[in-house]
Amino acid sequence: MARNAPFLTPQLKLLIVDDSNVIRRRIERSQQIEQLQVVGVASNGAEAIEVFRQTDPDVVTMDITMPEMDGIECVEQLVAMKPQVLILIVSALADKATAVEAMAKGANGFLNKPFSDRQLNEALAELIGGA
Amino acid sequence: MLEEQDIRAFVYGTTRYFEVAAQQAASVGSPYLVTEGAPDIHDYNGVIAVSGRRNGTVCFSAPRGMLTVLLMKMNESNVSHEYLCDLVGEVANTIAGTVRRDLGKDFAISVPTVVAGAGNAVELPVGERPVVIPINWRSHVAKLVVCLR
Repeated sequence: MARNAPFLTPQLKLLIVDDSNVIRRRIERSQQIEQLQVVGVASNGAEAIEVFRQTDPDVVTMDITMPEMDGIECVEQLVAMKPQVLILIVSALADKATAVEAMAKGANGFLNKPFSDRQLNEALAELIGGA
Repeated sequence: MLEEQDIRAFVYGTTRYFEVAAQQAASVGSPYLVTEGAPDIHDYNGVIAVSGRRNGTVCFSAPRGMLTVLLMKMNESNVSHEYLCDLVGEVANTIAGTVRRDLGKDFAISVPTVVAGAGNAVELPVGERPVVIPINWRSHVAKLVVCLR
């Protein structure tokens, strides 16, 4: 007799990019979206490109103001490498112009810092739900 | 003279961090003018350079104890010097982001830098008298130092 197959939730790989240890760990610890599995972290845009190549994530949280390569430039490069990647900008830059620029480069969502756990999870859920 | 609206944006950026990230509101104490010398600062300082309609420095200065509790409130168990520096930088980053949004047309705001350790000084515009705004959170008091000309 065939056994019922267990319900498998499709896993999406998450890369966290932020120059702050505190924020990287906060996102890693606080995200409670069942489908998301953290596969890498990076502290600047250049490192993010490298980790992205190694881990091939489906979802990225991206800071904007970072050393070496900022988040906006990094978004453009990640989207060029994988157009279907979902990118959530997580930034303290709260002005509309920054959000518009990030979206124009290919980001899919914007979460202002500081954020609560609930706001983070809502933003991630909306991001992957809208895919 | 500093305008109330300018100071309000910096204060709002500061208190918002506690309210949202720690889920526990901070209160604002009575501001005072430093009439002689530089204000006493704490061990951890997030410093923003301001230019445009006004020029100068804004500094969020916090004691180690406040930042340690703030990290713990955010469920972070690593309360090392590196993480405390990160956190004070994040608060300053939030202040900078809020001011860019609210007063962006009038001000250029730098990426925050962190000055940490006893005996360090934050560079303030010469000849200007800084305003210090106490930020009370739990049993701790931080300072928001605003020195703009």
